[in-house]
Amino acid sequence: MKINLKVNAEFDTDGTIRPTSIVWEDGRVFAVDRILDIRKAASLKAGGAGMRYICRICGRTVSLFNDDNHWFMET
Amino acid sequence: MRSILHIDMNNFYASVECLYRPEIRNFPVAVAGDPLNRHGIILAKNMLAKKLGVTTGEAIWEAKLKAPDLVLVPPDYKKYLRFSRMAREIYYEYSDQVEAFGLDENWIDLTGSLQYLRSDPVSIANTIRRRVKEELGVTVSVGVSFNKIFAKLGSDLKKPDATTVIAYENFRDIVWPLPVGELLYVGRAMAKRLELIAVNTIGDLARTDVSILKRKLGKWGEILWLFANGQDTSPVRRISESEQIKSIGNGTTCPRDLTTEQDVRLVFTVLAESVAARLRDCCMKCRGVQIFLRDSSLFTISRQKKMELPCCTSAPILETAMELLRLHYRWHKPLRSVSLSAIYLVTANKHTQLSLFDDTAERLLVQEQIEKTVDELRYRFGHNAVLRASALLDPKLTGFNPKEDHTIHPYSYFR
Repeated sequence: MKINLKVNAEFDTDGTIRPTSIVWEDGRVFAVDRILDIRKAASLKAGGAGMRYICRICGRTVSLFNDDNHWFMET
Repeated sequence: MRSILHIDMNNFYASVECLYRPEIRNFPVAVAGDPLNRHGIILAKNMLAKKLGVTTGEAIWEAKLKAPDLVLVPPDYKKYLRFSRMAREIYYEYSDQVEAFGLDENWIDLTGSLQYLRSDPVSIANTIRRRVKEELGVTVSVGVSFNKIFAKLGSDLKKPDATTVIAYENFRDIVWPLPVGELLYVGRAMAKRLELIAVNTIGDLARTDVSILKRKLGKWGEILWLFANGQDTSPVRRISESEQIKSIGNGTTCPRDLTTEQDVRLVFTVLAESVAARLRDCCMKCRGVQIFLRDSSLFTISRQKKMELPCCTSAPILETAMELLRLHYRWHKPLRSVSLSAIYLVTANKHTQLSLFDDTAERLLVQEQIEKTVDELRYRFGHNAVLRASALLDPKLTGFNPKEDHTIHPYSYFR
């Protein structure tokens, strides 16, 4: 399943982008506690491709995708 | 001996669409143009649709007969261009010699980079195949060989998601038994001509005396003979080498049939503006114009004419095209689609011979300034910032922007 999300991110001087928090559909904001892995990847489950951030959010490991600047979470 | 890969993205448009819509992945899917604008042909299909016999280029209704529950998806060229670019970014990590052949096919010459990569061509082929699948979510098939022709042949042999090796030692066993039509540049017409001299397989072609082929088929005979014998030496272009442009053209299938000269003039005006603007973008001028006309029974003619003065403005291109139309089209049937190409291109900075007796050339330069200004305006404020009044006569017919809509370029092997 694909969940489109609003994301707050940090744009570093070297051009890297790191999501800092996500805004859930009901408006709640969850901080990204840790980023475990960053690489280009396709999401067959959600349908999309781009930069994948495997993140720890509220103790859960989730995959966030930046697909041409559209962010989504794969569930 | 060179090491060349040919990488073909399997069912490219359909694969990208299926990636983005997991819900249709298990149905036969075809990417097709908009039937309301009469662009309703199949552009690409997935494996399931292929199995049911759906072929690229056929009309939607024909495909629906074969696969009644066919899922039709409109094309999204922006997405395909992005995927094509992302794939090439991967290829560039392995060599600086990457040559595109359309959006979904690329040759890579690994000869120079193998020593740095400390690997062999087949492992690299498999790595690229895995990476494209993981990073882009689509599959590719790869041909590995010692020339471009056999590499391409190899990528066609096993699909999808496979690597085929055609080595110098065994190419006769793999390639020669194949029908001659599998060879690049042997189309239906050429295959028929070869059949007449008892050439049915690529092996037959390779074993035929080259002088016979030359006599029967002209220079193509020799080229194809070299291809069949694995002696194609054409290089894989480097990143920095851009191709030489030979013609610039735009065409369209109109939303309704064109029945009068005025109709054609309207459409040609839009096309000529686009062609002229693209000529200016490339700093080129044309010395000739070619038109293609296809009538409602799909009968096609193509005519061309040289111009006296090289130009990069729309008016002379339009007038030459209209002249060709009046001269060669008899209106037995209404026209379905028309195209316009600028040919015999020269660089724009070449000096122009002005005439002592009339000021045509000078007026052309003035016109050029005006059109360059329009280019500027359109660049800053969008295509519709400046329009010709004639574009308002029939907005449905002229309401398209070939310069920006047109993104898929046809490719030729010989450049």
